[in-house]
Amino acid sequence: MGILDKHAILERNATLLLIGSFLVVTVGGIVEIAPLFYLENTIEKVEGMRPYSPLELAGRNIYIREGCYACHSQMIRPFRDEVERYGHYSLAAESMYDHPFQWGSKRTGPDLARVGNRYSNEWHVQHLTEPRDVVPESMMPSYAFLKSKPLPVKDFATHLKANAAVGVPYSQDMIDNADADLRAQADPTVDTSGIEGRYPKARIGDFDGNPQAITEMDALVAYLQMLGTLVDFKTYDEAGSDR
Amino acid sequence: MKYGSAIIGTGIAAFFALLAAGLAKDELFASHMGILVIVLIGAVVVLMRQTSFTPQPAVDMSAYMDGPIRYGVIATVFWCVVGLLVGVVIALQLAYPDLNVEPFLSFGRVRPLHTSAVVFAFGGNALIATSFYVVQRTSRARLFGGDLAWFVFWGYQLFIVMAATGYLLGITQGREYAEPEWYVDLWLTIVWVCYLIVFLGTILRRKEPHIYVANWFYLSFIVTVAMLHIVNNLAVPVSITGSKSYSAFAGVQDALTQWWYGHNAVGFFLTAGFLGMMYYFVPKQANRPVYSYRLSIIHFWALIFLYIWAGPHHLHYTALPDWAQTLGMVFSIMLWMPSWGGMINGLMTLSGAWDKIRTDPIIRMMVAAIAFYGMSTFEGPMMSIKAVNSLSHYTDWTIGHVHSGALGWVGMITFGAVYFLVPKLWNRERLYSVRMVTWHFWFATLGLVVYAAVMWVSGIQQGLMWREYDQQGFLVYSFAETVEAMHLYYVVRALGGALYLIGGLIMAWNVTMTILGYQRDEQEIGGAVPAPQAAE
Amino acid sequence: MEYQQLRTFADSWGLLAMTLFFVGTLIFAFRPGSRKSADEAAQIPLKDD
Repeated sequence: MGILDKHAILERNATLLLIGSFLVVTVGGIVEIAPLFYLENTIEKVEGMRPYSPLELAGRNIYIREGCYACHSQMIRPFRDEVERYGHYSLAAESMYDHPFQWGSKRTGPDLARVGNRYSNEWHVQHLTEPRDVVPESMMPSYAFLKSKPLPVKDFATHLKANAAVGVPYSQDMIDNADADLRAQADPTVDTSGIEGRYPKARIGDFDGNPQAITEMDALVAYLQMLGTLVDFKTYDEAGSDR
Repeated sequence: MKYGSAIIGTGIAAFFALLAAGLAKDELFASHMGILVIVLIGAVVVLMRQTSFTPQPAVDMSAYMDGPIRYGVIATVFWCVVGLLVGVVIALQLAYPDLNVEPFLSFGRVRPLHTSAVVFAFGGNALIATSFYVVQRTSRARLFGGDLAWFVFWGYQLFIVMAATGYLLGITQGREYAEPEWYVDLWLTIVWVCYLIVFLGTILRRKEPHIYVANWFYLSFIVTVAMLHIVNNLAVPVSITGSKSYSAFAGVQDALTQWWYGHNAVGFFLTAGFLGMMYYFVPKQANRPVYSYRLSIIHFWALIFLYIWAGPHHLHYTALPDWAQTLGMVFSIMLWMPSWGGMINGLMTLSGAWDKIRTDPIIRMMVAAIAFYGMSTFEGPMMSIKAVNSLSHYTDWTIGHVHSGALGWVGMITFGAVYFLVPKLWNRERLYSVRMVTWHFWFATLGLVVYAAVMWVSGIQQGLMWREYDQQGFLVYSFAETVEAMHLYYVVRALGGALYLIGGLIMAWNVTMTILGYQRDEQEIGGAVPAPQAAE
Repeated sequence: MEYQQLRTFADSWGLLAMTLFFVGTLIFAFRPGSRKSADEAAQIPLKDD
């Protein structure tokens, strides 16, 4: 009977069963995930993408901390209604520095992939403070407490270094100036030429309506205001990026 | 000294936790470590109060080790009630947003508490407890590793507590169903490896020539979850005494890694593991062997091979390359076949004993579980078709689908197993009340049907509203209008969840009374057979 | 790395490998004499507690 007798080995040998099932479950992941790191056309060639400025990154961390992704997606699908409602469909390149990605899976609230520059800072602060004052139908919790929580501006370079370690192209210049840039973006009275050079298109100013302090509200609004604003779609070659 | 090594180990851990709290780089980490110190010192105090210096009687190595299983069953019931309660709370928060209590109890922080409490705390404890029970009985061997099984149980509870308190503090990786931060992930990895050692070690010392198929499913669940957990949580911490880390992957690669994990948390945690449960407890309760053992072999290999590919269906029409989306869709549809193979195998085990559905509410619960498994494994492949997904994605339809699987399949099969286990583990003749199982069954079924139906309607309605155009070619509804249209559905959804929770509370009561040794005075189900009447 | 190369590999050798795996599982499950061992294994849970 030869081979057919060997069935018992697999059915009766726990170690083989362990290895066999492990090999079987690895296949799908390897075939689907590994090529994404190697296929050159996975991420489109675009102009304008840059790493997050320190204030934006701090805001993004607050976005993650509060679990905003549970209700807001950041991924516009290429459908007529979504493009009309939210703007150009999202490109892979636009989240290439996102550790972790925040595409989301549920739209209890609207998509935020291109919410940047759509509303004024005042609108965002008011909306985050008392959502139903601005949008009566909203079911969003209030985030008024962000206004009174000062943003710690200390050792922020460690965050940039951790991002650099996972592949975000933060230069030494950016890392050295992390705390200064963090302060400068929320305080237009100091010299902002440095941050403008390091982070083009960064929106600079007082975000939360309280120029005396840098709060978590400053950071979160700075993040929201830059979402989806970096890529220059005038130079984007759609046909050339076919995948 | 009884518990000597546990006291010393926990004490040392408490010291290091205190040290970490002192050296913390951010206030969240300091608070989290403070909680850890309190938990560990509390554990030391409890252990010291129970210790004794008299020599312990030798352990009977031929007997099964059921201590951790008893604790596991109690933990399962406890976390079931907690998880369902939190679910009802967040459902009400969506209907009545004033119920958000910021910052600690706002929806965004409590929602992962709900998902983790039901998936990992309720489901995980059920899996660990039943796998320890099943592997001993089907191997006819005592659990391997001595007190390691206790470490797995308590270590896992510590993971749950750290994860849950972390969410409320705002410590999260922002990856769905993988929210715990890097240090909690590392702890879970240690616990999980010990779990694998106990489980595999028990199989290796078995006295049966065969490895029963339930153990195949449990084993592949343990191994695959280890792989998924480690790869998906690869991250670089900002500081070894800080709570924040940054994922090793970015954007599109990160998204697929996450949903490869996320879908297989469903596939292996909530399916393969619970199929192991089905393959033991259904034959046991029905007192008949599984319908086709050979079908179960095909079921096993086909299921574990296909499931792992299905992740990309969570990313249809996103910036994920089309080839990956298509692969995900095709494999998801193929997955329908082994899923239904398993369903048929489970259901047909009852062939020749269908009357038990009427007379045995535990069997009825198990049959309902398998039926809901069949329904959600049909719905899932359907929703993975790109055209369907374009409507269903981002809406409540997905939420309804998940709950028909979680409440219907995972919940019901676990309830069946719990009702089977409790009298056995505590040596009771029967449950406190078999009739209360029927009550539980109907509350659970009604709650679940209400929940799923409401989510279908709200999901499809909102999806259609988003894409509705008028004759001039303008979008008809603003986003806010589609939100407003959801309100009534969200109220009813909370009602469905509350019904299911009432069922859970009935179970908790029934289990508690059984453990305490009470028996409710009640008529047997099926009633007395009516005496034949003489014809007029 | 080129998409086209991978795709060609996948729909030839990849497809073949999967088919063989599936057929192998079937043969494994339904090989001659498997019924007896399957029936034995199926009885394991019912033997005792």
